Amino acid sequence: MIRTALLVAGKDLRIELRSRVLLWQVVPFGVMALLLCGLALGPAHAGNSPAGPGLFYLVTLLVTLLMINRSQAVERTSGTRSSVATLGLDPAGVFLGKALALAVELWVTGLVLLAGAVLVLHTALHGALVALPSIAVTLGALAAAGTLYGALTAGGDGSATLLPVLALPAFAPLLIAGERSFSAALHGGALWEWWVIAAVALVAYLAVGILLYGVLEES
Amino acid sequence: MTKQLFPRLLGPVTLVLLALTAWLGLWVTPRDAVQGNLVRLVYVHPAVAWVALYVSFGTATIASVLYLWKRTRSIVMDRVAHCAMEVSVVFIVLTLITGSIWGRPTWGVWWAWDARLTSTAILGVLALGYLALRRANDDQALRARRSAVFAILAAINVPIIHFSVDWWKTLHQGATVFTANRTLLIHGLMAWTLLVSFLGFTLLFFWLLRARYRLEVSRERALSVSLDEALTLRRREGAF
Repeated sequence: MIRTALLVAGKDLRIELRSRVLLWQVVPFGVMALLLCGLALGPAHAGNSPAGPGLFYLVTLLVTLLMINRSQAVERTSGTRSSVATLGLDPAGVFLGKALALAVELWVTGLVLLAGAVLVLHTALHGALVALPSIAVTLGALAAAGTLYGALTAGGDGSATLLPVLALPAFAPLLIAGERSFSAALHGGALWEWWVIAAVALVAYLAVGILLYGVLEES
Repeated sequence: MTKQLFPRLLGPVTLVLLALTAWLGLWVTPRDAVQGNLVRLVYVHPAVAWVALYVSFGTATIASVLYLWKRTRSIVMDRVAHCAMEVSVVFIVLTLITGSIWGRPTWGVWWAWDARLTSTAILGVLALGYLALRRANDDQALRARRSAVFAILAAINVPIIHFSVDWWKTLHQGATVFTANRTLLIHGLMAWTLLVSFLGFTLLFFWLLRARYRLEVSRERALSVSLDEALTLRRREGAF
């Protein structure tokens, strides 16, 4: 299972490196969304706003949706599904691999957006660094959940519009946990309690994905 | 005989119990010392929420699990899950509406960013998402598998809603009918009215579920008949 996971994650990351969709489309979209958040708050309130952590996670969620669609689109190119079926890859390994690749992409994008939040929204650098472990876990949970929801909606009519409808309610607890732990890192408070909630969600989504991904890919 | 009797009695018994709830709740039970007549919503809102969260969503989840389990996999389970989820949407909306009607005079607002309210609204969106997911796939087996997995994922929200009043400091009150050690908090006629309303709305769910299931079977039959007719027509055209 781990071998398959590393194989699939490597394949997805190599495709991403060659296509540069993340670099030229997803990251610029995230930066633009962050700037729009600053504009929506207004110049007087954008700097050092208490809404900073929430806006960071909101933009991350939007970026995540784009990346899930991208991750599933890679699987839908002609020949990929039949190749996976012919190779007899363990579905749990495929799920873990896709989740790992998505997590790596989210971590990279998260770092860029965090730098953007420090720069544009004047989020305290020290607080942002303290929040890094909780951000990493929350983004990992988003990747695991996103891979599962991506497989649920892939290929159907209007899958791009269906994905947010299904995934955003499931992402809401992660948004809350991430925002709270980030706010706690900036202003003090129960950082670890929310961090643990995100970690539990990560483990739960990984477990559900390992158990059920095969059912979704069943032909 | 007994097999026929239960479905036939389901509708009339439901109506009698709901009428009894209305009569007891509106005319027989007393006003509350603090809430006044507002207390009468207690005979509707908790029962509707019980059906929305536990009975209908629970039925949809159990049917989904049974569909995914290969030994019990059948189209019947898929249909039951689908129909129960549709009825669940109705009850979730009713839960939010009756809660809002109670919240306006009590809290001063129609909507509060309360853990239980928000998580219930999220459950409503998830139930609508389930129905949207079903419409997105034409292949029956694929649709059934995907929606079964989604129903199980969505059901994770139910315990969150249940324990939200304990996990977070919320405006919504905690356990109202029983205490943590199962002692009844409501007494006498009020408790009996509450029991009748719970029974009435639970039976209403099963009545609606049965009607919706029969409608779904008829719809599928009509679709297959029209498809067969269309194929026959095309074959006849080809013969000429």
